[in-house]
Amino acid sequence: MTDMERERFRMLMMKALDGELAGSERSEFDTFLGNPDCEREWKEFAHIKEATMSLQLKSPAPEIWDRYWDGVYNRLERGIAWMLVTLGAVILLGWGAMEAAAALWRDADLPLYVKIGIVALCVGLLLLLFSVIRERFFTMKTDKYKGVIR
Amino acid sequence: MNAWSRNDDDIIERVQQGDKEAFSVLVRQYMKPAYFSALAIVGSHDDALDLSQQAFIRAWKAIGSFELGRAFYTWYYRILRNLCLNFVRDRSVRAQPFSRYPEVLEHGSSEDNPLEATERAMLRERVRLAMGKLRSEEREIILLREFDGYSYDEIASLLECPVGTVMSRLYYARKHLKTLLEDEHD
Repeated sequence: MTDMERERFRMLMMKALDGELAGSERSEFDTFLGNPDCEREWKEFAHIKEATMSLQLKSPAPEIWDRYWDGVYNRLERGIAWMLVTLGAVILLGWGAMEAAAALWRDADLPLYVKIGIVALCVGLLLLLFSVIRERFFTMKTDKYKGVIR
Repeated sequence: MNAWSRNDDDIIERVQQGDKEAFSVLVRQYMKPAYFSALAIVGSHDDALDLSQQAFIRAWKAIGSFELGRAFYTWYYRILRNLCLNFVRDRSVRAQPFSRYPEVLEHGSSEDNPLEATERAMLRERVRLAMGKLRSEEREIILLREFDGYSYDEIASLLECPVGTVMSRLYYARKHLKTLLEDEHD
């Protein structure tokens, strides 16, 4: 039996097990069963099929279905809430940082090099933030493997 | 009409406009196949519930990209499947026996004579335990066929692969199951 014939037999055997064998394929499959190896494999697989057919996934408690949508809705709501909390936190922290930086800048007692340090730190943080956002946005739009399972 | 081929364009158009009520109709319509599909892959009631709900949230967020005219469940199933497989891999349970898995499987009733019934019950019990040792993808394809009763065409559509690949995957999944049973028997 060649590899191609064996492969063909396997496909026909799966179809026969699952009731998907077309009328024209029936006689081809029967011919394969004339081979003792094929017949033995067919019997073994039929045995497995019979046993797996009787398996069922256990149903959960019926009240799960009553609460299912509530679970989805709560998550949706929380998603929006988290987005708002994050947005609010970014705005407030940004404002606080700007105010603090401005107050320090206006402080006449502060040496010039400290003021330069503060400006450098603020500009650096802004650049980092911009770079990360741009990278994420670019990846999201162009990554052709984003749907691939890790 | 099966979940995989149903057309929900009217509801989905409303969902795409942000209608949460319409989304609740969609969720209620598909929550059972979604839950059982997840259960077939992850093997735990709590995780199946969590992941199927999470997949609905992702579907809600991505519904704008859904092309009307297609089957919602086929589209949703891909989101769910990716989530479940990633979950299984992240938990590093893929290579080891799914100890909890047999707990979510049960046997159908049997009306044979007592001796045959006992023999079959023993075989089924061994199959139930061996199912827990299969890889997620193998278990998934067997249950799509045996539990959900999907045809080859439907499975091909859900898994985005040719029908020939479905048959091939089924063959190797069943063969692995057979090997596990033989190993256990020896």
